[in-house]
Amino acid sequence: MNEQPIWSIFVNAALVNNFVLAYFLGICPFLGVSQKVATAARMGGAVMFVMLVSSVCAFGIHHVLLAIGTPFLELIAFITVIASTVQLVEMIIRKFSPALFRALGIFLPLITTNCAILGLALFQTNREYDFVQCLAYALGAGVGFTLALVLMAGIREKLTLAPVPDVVEGTASALLVAGILSLTFMGFAGLGAQ
Amino acid sequence: MTNPETPSSTNEFMKGLWRENPVFVQVLGMCPVLAVSNTAMNALAMGLATAFVLLMSNLLVSLLRDFIPRQVRIASYILIIATFVTLTDYAIEAISLDLHKALGAFISLIVANCLILGRAEAFASKNGVGNAALDALGMGAGFTLALFCLGAVRELLGAGSLFGFAVLPGGFEPWIVMILPSGGFFTLAFWLIAIRIFERRRERRQTAEALQ
Amino acid sequence: MTASIDAWPMYRALVGIGVGCGLLIALVYVGTLPHIERQRAAALEQAVFAVLPGSASRRTFVFDAAGTLVADTGSDGSRVHAGYDAAGRLLGVAIEAEGMGYADTIEILYGYVPADERIVGLRVLASKETPGLGDKIETDERYRANFEALDVRLDAAGEALVNPIAVVKPGTKSNAWEIDGITGATISAQAVGNTVAASAARWLPAVRRNREALAAGGQHDES
Repeated sequence: MNEQPIWSIFVNAALVNNFVLAYFLGICPFLGVSQKVATAARMGGAVMFVMLVSSVCAFGIHHVLLAIGTPFLELIAFITVIASTVQLVEMIIRKFSPALFRALGIFLPLITTNCAILGLALFQTNREYDFVQCLAYALGAGVGFTLALVLMAGIREKLTLAPVPDVVEGTASALLVAGILSLTFMGFAGLGAQ
Repeated sequence: MTNPETPSSTNEFMKGLWRENPVFVQVLGMCPVLAVSNTAMNALAMGLATAFVLLMSNLLVSLLRDFIPRQVRIASYILIIATFVTLTDYAIEAISLDLHKALGAFISLIVANCLILGRAEAFASKNGVGNAALDALGMGAGFTLALFCLGAVRELLGAGSLFGFAVLPGGFEPWIVMILPSGGFFTLAFWLIAIRIFERRRERRQTAEALQ
Repeated sequence: MTASIDAWPMYRALVGIGVGCGLLIALVYVGTLPHIERQRAAALEQAVFAVLPGSASRRTFVFDAAGTLVADTGSDGSRVHAGYDAAGRLLGVAIEAEGMGYADTIEILYGYVPADERIVGLRVLASKETPGLGDKIETDERYRANFEALDVRLDAAGEALVNPIAVVKPGTKSNAWEIDGITGATISAQAVGNTVAASAARWLPAVRRNREALAAGGQHDES
């Protein structure tokens, strides 16, 4: 039982406990696909979509496993079902909406192994959210991920024009920027407090 | 220089420790590296847990490499990895509840660590059991070492202690930022920069020696 | 490649690995479960004894959403731990509560003594509040003292608190039902106070209604 209000869940997932900047989930795409704002925004959209789908799946799996008394299979069920659902969704999108597939498609396989997706499933189960709370959590996490990714891409676009010492180039500079972003996001702390 | 054509067993082990260190060189598995490296103890426990999962899944993948058809290999690897992660999760909880609470969901998230799937796909599925084990041990040790480097620095500066024991003098004002999430990003960035400077120096020295 | 791929090896591999892994997990789960349960019980007992000074044994009760006592069957419902002294008399109950803090959810356990109508102790079970600032809710002695004798008298009908718990500015506490805040950790202190207030308003009436059942739990728990 968790009685946290919906707005608080959303604000927390999106800003206070941003998946990337506070929980370090989904760092790989965060560092890998954050060179251009346009690409970053599309990647964010795809992640948000997958998060909603897998949140619903995880909610279902958790309750089925509880019902049949095998909670120890949770992790293995989460990862296989989420991975297959994402592939299924990918096939469906490719068949029915080639335009959408071109926009999201190339990112979908990348997202399957994104720890943010699995993290979302695990956290919502730990916190015993009900169905609506799960959706709010997934949406908040997706918005937060997109926000972090787009901000990061914006900064890195500027950074390519700046004279950076060559020992700091690449991953190191991206991590420094991420650290500063993470500090900035700490300003949001307390927004969701009761 | 060792010749990559003839991999010796020490070479299989040592490459993970330094030359192909999963964290400092390949920048893999960032999520646990940053999330649970706020104290030396957590970092060490996480490193060992990951190394164990890596070793066991590498062994099994290598053993079953002729049994698993190419088309379903990724799914099989994920199943195997998820199994060992679940086992590790229960083992840690049985050993210490406090440690289990400190690491939290990040034990389960070992599943999504690209390092493990990467080693299964790139190495264990193509090599014998012995080499796969050595590769896993090397990579696991490298991962643990890197995590420990981060955890020790963060705990030392952020809390003035190491493994929970106060080591810095009482007058030291802890840099709280180091234990916070942003401290993780900064510490890793500084390690990467330090290693790059070190490598540059060595390269320069080597070219200087070659010229003489 | 021809259209007819031999599917048998794929099924064999996936099903074989799936079944093998499932069995292995089940085996380890069954093997480690008693040990884990024992450790959890010990940790819980320690926390309950800490918030209910003087208790020697404890027993867990489960309430449903309406505040009625139900059998302890599983994870559904809210758990309340009754603490008994050495003679088996009900000392008080420890109630779990959680609320959103400055950084993340804060989980707490507080001890309530129905005879005195006071909260006598509070323990933070889990929090990620900022080290050095927000974590004063755990380390600040003056703040912790707030919860050593917090007035939570119920009205005559036993349905609501006479004086709702309130968090006040640091150093301005003048009534037994007020909580002194912490300088530099305003939000964390407020969050813990509000969590206790919300939980107390909800569960104390239920505890009062079921006092006999809770007290009876100590008598046949001598094993």
